[in-house]
Amino acid sequence: MDKRPKILLADDDPDVLDMYREILAQLPSHPEIHTASSGSRAIAMLEAEPFQLLICDLKMPKMDGLQVLAIVRRKYPQLRTVALTAEVDEQFRSRAYALGADLFWYKPATEQETKMFLECLESLLGRETEGGFRGMQSKSLVDIIQLECISQSSSVLRITNGSLTGKIWIQNGEVVDAEATDLRGEAAFQRILSWKAGNFEMLPAEPSRPRTVFKSYNALLLESAQAFDESRGSMTAEGAPQPASSPLAVLSRLQGVEFVLSMKSGQGGYQVARGLENPERVATWARQNLERFRALGDRLGAGPLEKIEGFGPQRHVALACQNDTEFCVGWQHSLTPEQVGESMRKLLALWAS
Amino acid sequence: MGLLNLFAKPAPTLLRLPSGSFTVDRDGRVLTGTLPSGFPAGLIKDIARQVRATFSEAAAAQLPLAELIINYPSLKIAARELRGGAIVFLSPKAPSSPMRQS
Repeated sequence: MDKRPKILLADDDPDVLDMYREILAQLPSHPEIHTASSGSRAIAMLEAEPFQLLICDLKMPKMDGLQVLAIVRRKYPQLRTVALTAEVDEQFRSRAYALGADLFWYKPATEQETKMFLECLESLLGRETEGGFRGMQSKSLVDIIQLECISQSSSVLRITNGSLTGKIWIQNGEVVDAEATDLRGEAAFQRILSWKAGNFEMLPAEPSRPRTVFKSYNALLLESAQAFDESRGSMTAEGAPQPASSPLAVLSRLQGVEFVLSMKSGQGGYQVARGLENPERVATWARQNLERFRALGDRLGAGPLEKIEGFGPQRHVALACQNDTEFCVGWQHSLTPEQVGESMRKLLALWAS
Repeated sequence: MGLLNLFAKPAPTLLRLPSGSFTVDRDGRVLTGTLPSGFPAGLIKDIARQVRATFSEAAAAQLPLAELIINYPSLKIAARELRGGAIVFLSPKAPSSPMRQS
């Protein structure tokens, strides 16, 4: 890559900006370094031109670093972000990672720490930004599994895709077990492989894990590829699923569902399954609520909205987003809050599959 | 030194997510609360406003609700409707270890 990467550095202290400008100039990739003296200025600069990396101080007046990260993660999902702070508090570390920061770093105080900081930044700048699984951007999940198996490694891959979580156990280069939502073994493995993107984490091996998968990893990956081809074959020329499959109708058959209403994020209109007397009104209410609590989450620096659950005398309602689709689901009043939570998870998993 | 401090800009502070509860009446007035005093009153009013609006608009959409739970990775907001007002509970959550490898 002959183009110099661009780094945006946001901090309210001009002395710190000057100091970090000098430190960052030592990076081997010789990046272009731009500075912003406030969170709002950083957002404005990101809107004006593309950057590869944002380094953001957490403690800033008016718009703090957590608020900046919340906005950035939503508006610029491909931008690498580093939260930098002198505030030693685990809550802020957790919240920064929950907001999608790639790196959380206490302001380096020694030469050794500065060196490590620069190495991490260089590594972040070196990663490809297109698609794939966060954590190893240039690789697909298939690549990651192949790498683990070819190198005869033993590890546990934990993969998350929105609200869905799956695990793949690899022992001495063989896939021995998998788990995804309510599935286990090969079915779970195929389900995880059907996820197009997500995050992954490499956990220590669990040699005592009972084996449920006995096929070779090559056979498993081949079957996944075939399943993927078949699913593509069932799409219409425009890429939309054929009406016969009616995925929303499938969701509405889940136990306890009173109605399912789906809406495309950022677009008007809705699709409804099962009887709702006033779908337009409910869709408007659902949209307003998702929007208002997303904005509230940004103001609080609490991270992206996960879900909203409402419990009423006639029915319960849950709102959540899966990829680019927003759902408003009515649940029978007889369900407990725990059952609503669990059923909503299943519904989203079903949609994702 | 003391005199100089008079003109010094107040240092920005990072907002900690609080644990506690507060009640708000039907007119949006915050009545009682156990939230830390350092948590901005403006944000408490903001939460109260959003929660009350959700309850009232749900009733208008023929989806009357008595309880509301809003989940974020770092915070859970639970609210119970109280005759036009609400009691709101805030509980910070500790997210699991970061998912991204660096």
